[in-house]
Amino acid sequence: MALAKAINESLRRALESDPKVLIMGEDVGKLGGVFRVTDGLQKDFGEDRVIDTPLAESGIVGTAIGLALRGYRPVVEIQFDGFVFPAYDQIVTQLAKMHARSLGKVKLPVVIRIPYGGGIGAVEHHSESPEALFAHVAGLKVVSPSNAADAYWMMQQAIQSDDPVIYFEPKRRYWDKAEVDAEAIPGPLHAARVVREGTDLTLAAYGPMVKLCQEVADAAAEEGRSLEVVDLRSISPVDFDTVQTSVEKTRRLVVVHEAPVFLGSGAEIAARITERCFYHLEAPVLRVGGYHAPYPPARLEEEYLPDLDRVLDAVDRSLAY
Amino acid sequence: MTESTAARKPRRSAGSKAAGTTGGKAGTTGAKRTRTTRKTGAAAAKGSETELVQLLTPEGERIETAGDSAYAEYAQYVADITPDELRGLYRDMVLTRRFDAEATALQRQGELGLWASLLGQEAAQIGSGRATRDDDYVFPTYREHGVAWCRGVDPTNLLGMFRGVNNGGWDPNSNNFHLYTIVIGSQALHATGYAMGVAKDGADSGVIAYFGDGASSQGDVSEAFNFAAVYNAPVVFFCQNNQWAISESNEKQTRVPLYQRAQGFGFPGVRVDGNDVLASLAVTRWALDRARRGEGPALIEAYTYRMGAHTTSDDPSRYRHDDERAAWEAKDPILRLRRFLESANHADEGFFAELEAESEALGKRVREVVRAMPDPDRFAIFENVYADGHALVDEERARFAAYQASFAEAEGV
Ligand SMILES: Cc1ncc(C[n+]2csc(CCOP(=O)(O)OP(=O)(O)O)c2C)c(N)n1
Repeated sequence: MALAKAINESLRRALESDPKVLIMGEDVGKLGGVFRVTDGLQKDFGEDRVIDTPLAESGIVGTAIGLALRGYRPVVEIQFDGFVFPAYDQIVTQLAKMHARSLGKVKLPVVIRIPYGGGIGAVEHHSESPEALFAHVAGLKVVSPSNAADAYWMMQQAIQSDDPVIYFEPKRRYWDKAEVDAEAIPGPLHAARVVREGTDLTLAAYGPMVKLCQEVADAAAEEGRSLEVVDLRSISPVDFDTVQTSVEKTRRLVVVHEAPVFLGSGAEIAARITERCFYHLEAPVLRVGGYHAPYPPARLEEEYLPDLDRVLDAVDRSLAY
Repeated sequence: MTESTAARKPRRSAGSKAAGTTGGKAGTTGAKRTRTTRKTGAAAAKGSETELVQLLTPEGERIETAGDSAYAEYAQYVADITPDELRGLYRDMVLTRRFDAEATALQRQGELGLWASLLGQEAAQIGSGRATRDDDYVFPTYREHGVAWCRGVDPTNLLGMFRGVNNGGWDPNSNNFHLYTIVIGSQALHATGYAMGVAKDGADSGVIAYFGDGASSQGDVSEAFNFAAVYNAPVVFFCQNNQWAISESNEKQTRVPLYQRAQGFGFPGVRVDGNDVLASLAVTRWALDRARRGEGPALIEAYTYRMGAHTTSDDPSRYRHDDERAAWEAKDPILRLRRFLESANHADEGFFAELEAESEALGKRVREVVRAMPDPDRFAIFENVYADGHALVDEERARFAAYQASFAEAEGV
């Protein structure tokens, strides 16, 4: 099943099992969303459950907060990464803080779905990775699946969470297929997972970069190097224990994400792992990601985005210490 | 419909000094006065003399509302108000003002870090607040102490955030009174979403969102208007136009009278004399009633005046003249109702004396509670950040605990 379809199935299951779950966003109804992630849901659940909204992101998130206060569990779609900013105020000043301000009396089970990341040749504002901006804010949980099975289960868990969850969907992996077992018992939403075992170096990534890191590990294996790949899955919180265990074994860490490296989530991981694993490390933690520049026009995105060679280069640099 | 009737029918004029409270900037006198009526747009050109719903003049006369009075539609909502209820409104306003004065004094004494006074806005708040039912839900901004009073929120709870011991201070669901919202305009959307939920539930509760004239410039307020209209949400937008947004006057916020904005979104807007508690009560009842009947949102612009500073940190002498305040003092909401109660023989000396004593007692209680308010436990920093917990918060709490414990150990040695 494709990743986009897995999210669709997961939303369907949530709509079926809990009458309080609502889908809201621009074009989520008849059209099924610009990526068809909500395809067919309005037809089956009606305009009252799958709500086409006015084109106003602050309005979408602000009213979702009100609906959550009334006992609903809205799942909101932001059409593209670069369009979340009109809603950023509501997310940061209201959604993230209301539980604390009410001393725990108010819960805001709101999921905000954001298709994010590049590699699809889009125009500007359609390829960004703003996850660090959200992970920096206490009160929000930030996750990103890398495959269809995770996409399915992490969406179930995000909707069931009483905390607001920002759910970043790797749009360039929407069409990647994988087995989805709808009967499985999933691990915790915030647990990282070792997706490939190795002994020489750990690659840590999430969302769209996990697949790349697996390809890197394949390529490195041909050169006789054994890389371990950790899929972080969650960006807030980060499952440092799993990363630590891996790094204590391999003694080297390279973090890979599409977002700009500067003050990105890789910086946090590098700092924490350095603190936790100082005496185990054979090399400084290295990061591979975007540059401190606006996301470039499509004809340049291959230069901007981490690719096989850039990650392999970082692997070489780490191993050279 | 209502908006345009209110706007077109001639208001009672002869002999009433209430003309001073009408639209535009009629209330603004003195050297700083700018153009009173903009003739630039059709809406603005309608004239400012015909816009204000009023049932009680500043002199305390009840305005004739029978038959074809311009206000008959609203006035019917208070037609059979009893003397007892009128005394109740008076009591609410007096006690709210007393509480507010006490809080201002406590700030001066260093007991509160900041206070946002509602002085002058009692009628708008008590009138609208008393129009709500228990099952309605209220979304305030940060100055709605009178509305909180009507909702049964213990006034001392309002002081926690101004003292700095919490960021909220009450359970929003125990009185259906949401937490104060500092980011201006945000709560208009929460109210709208909540009202969308009410409609989905098939309930007949109303929702009311408070905000200021300054907040009306925020995109969130316009987005809320639009969502409310599109989904026909049972929400009443209650804008207290107290003439100022810190130092910025109405002219810096809008080119059309605020209540007229509703029309562009497809629901009625009405301007009420916000210093007239009866009119505020009537108009809010009207708006909540139609919301409950499924007729959608309405905007009420309560035309009033913030008599004090914006907050205790503000210095209004930098941007407005004392004579402006003096002009509005003549329209004092409390004095006005007192005059009516007295002239109609609805209240005697005993009532006023008793209220004075009650007011003293409230002041005393507020002082005592605030001074006794404990600082929060230092571990409160880590409480309720997440409903389901978060590994980073747990880690930092543990580290904080170890750090704190190290002092105790050091002292113990
Ligand atoms: C988004 C935002 N910008 C600025 C402020 C700072 N601020 C607090 S109150 C205020 C003026 C608000 O005026 P108005 O909406 O008319 O309400 P009033 O205080 O007069 O009741 C400003 C600018 C804020 N709280 N929120």
